[in-house]
Amino acid sequence: MKTFAFEHADTVVGAVRSATAGARYYAGGTNLLDLMKLGVETPAALVDIGRLDLRAITATDSGGVLVGAGATNSAVANHPVIRRDYPMLSQAILSGATTQIRNMATAGGNLMQRTRCPYFMDPSFAHCNKRDPGSGCAARDGFNREHALFGASAACVAVHPSDMAVALAALDARVHVRGPAGSRTVGLDEFFVLPGESPERDNTLRPAELITGIELPPSRLARHSWYLKVRDRHSYAFALVSVAAGVELLDGEIVAAALALGGVAATPWRVAAAEAILIGARATDTAFRAAAELITADAVPLAQNGFKVDLARNSVVRALRRASAGHATAPTR
Amino acid sequence: MTELHLRINGTPRRVRADVRSTLLDLLREHLGLTGTKKGCDHGLCGACTVTVEGERVLSCLTLAVSIDGASVETIEGSDPQIDALQCAFLRHDGFQCGYCTSGQITSARAMLREVARGDLSVASFEGCRHTVPEGPQHLCDDEIRERMAGNICRCGAYANIVAAIRDAAGAPS
Repeated sequence: MKTFAFEHADTVVGAVRSATAGARYYAGGTNLLDLMKLGVETPAALVDIGRLDLRAITATDSGGVLVGAGATNSAVANHPVIRRDYPMLSQAILSGATTQIRNMATAGGNLMQRTRCPYFMDPSFAHCNKRDPGSGCAARDGFNREHALFGASAACVAVHPSDMAVALAALDARVHVRGPAGSRTVGLDEFFVLPGESPERDNTLRPAELITGIELPPSRLARHSWYLKVRDRHSYAFALVSVAAGVELLDGEIVAAALALGGVAATPWRVAAAEAILIGARATDTAFRAAAELITADAVPLAQNGFKVDLARNSVVRALRRASAGHATAPTR
Repeated sequence: MTELHLRINGTPRRVRADVRSTLLDLLREHLGLTGTKKGCDHGLCGACTVTVEGERVLSCLTLAVSIDGASVETIEGSDPQIDALQCAFLRHDGFQCGYCTSGQITSARAMLREVARGDLSVASFEGCRHTVPEGPQHLCDDEIRERMAGNICRCGAYANIVAAIRDAAGAPS
């Protein structure tokens, strides 16, 4: 590993100042330190943001919740308000990684993790536009059974690995950031970006911007939501396909719906048209299949990942079925 | 070189180390605490599990300088007398080669504390209506397997590891 300068930031302003001078933010380190060991990342300086006052999980005036960017994945998933009002988020977070990693990894860092495309992760492969812009994409014609079905480009077919982000997309989360020019908030739908011709960019953060929190608006989906993750083994693997599904039911009729897929694109994949056709329908397999067909109609499979189209279609149906049946956690009101 | 202050198994220690040192290498190479094992060194196997401020983490993915001032417990921090969990591993033969065992036991100890305070695993969502708000009342094998998923056993002693933990947790078999 190349050596680096290291400092603990005492304040958000100080951290942003260090990042403006070129330091990389360091929080849980579960992804960044690994990429440094692999030689994928070679920062000259790290500014540790683990001691900033960004760990709180607090109710907002609008009836939602603000998750501090420094809260660990475990803290978020086990927080009583998240369990009660956003169980899908808790379930998604607990579907990812292991307890050891979730105890280290932060909410902000979860959004900032990089793809696990094997060509990105190993610098001995020469062709990866995300790691080395302009070098090509080894996955397009290589090992690509885990890669994207939607929104890929000639330059990159990698997927985003986060489970948490998929639930956040379905829950209309907003990301709070602080940068040299001040603070702003970005909707999760505008946070991640598709690769296009610049796959080295994963998101729309501007230079030196720091995620300070993730805000969730009030949700009506708590009683009927589910996060389904399908993977090569039962636990501790990245998603081949995942689905965050939530509905609001009134006498068996769907009056609100949110649907986001993971493991299929460089961003959480939310299809508004599929949600729209669920509205007004009875919560039955007929409606769920129609939504699933609508989503997968636009899939562009690669040589090895055609099976993920069927997997996605069936997973959408299963997730909607579980969600509609009523969450195991559903508070009795 | 950077100077760090850590409390290791209750004892304050001052260590000079390269800024790149992981907690794992610090324990093994600077402090002679080789009970914590290096398996993959990439956060995939769990052999290096220790606790920092009481919570289980992977020492191979912990930059030592980032936890300056923290309290760390390793397998060497156990009482001289083996505890109920260690006895259960012996009784159920919860190992073959033994390389993952210190990580398994460190991880399982922390896991039993997590269950006691009502923490969830993703398996908890398959439980009854009250499981997610309150945590599981009973540590079934699915819960044990999911909560221990971060500790890989290359020999495949999983069945006996689950039995040992079930026994130590006092859960019905």
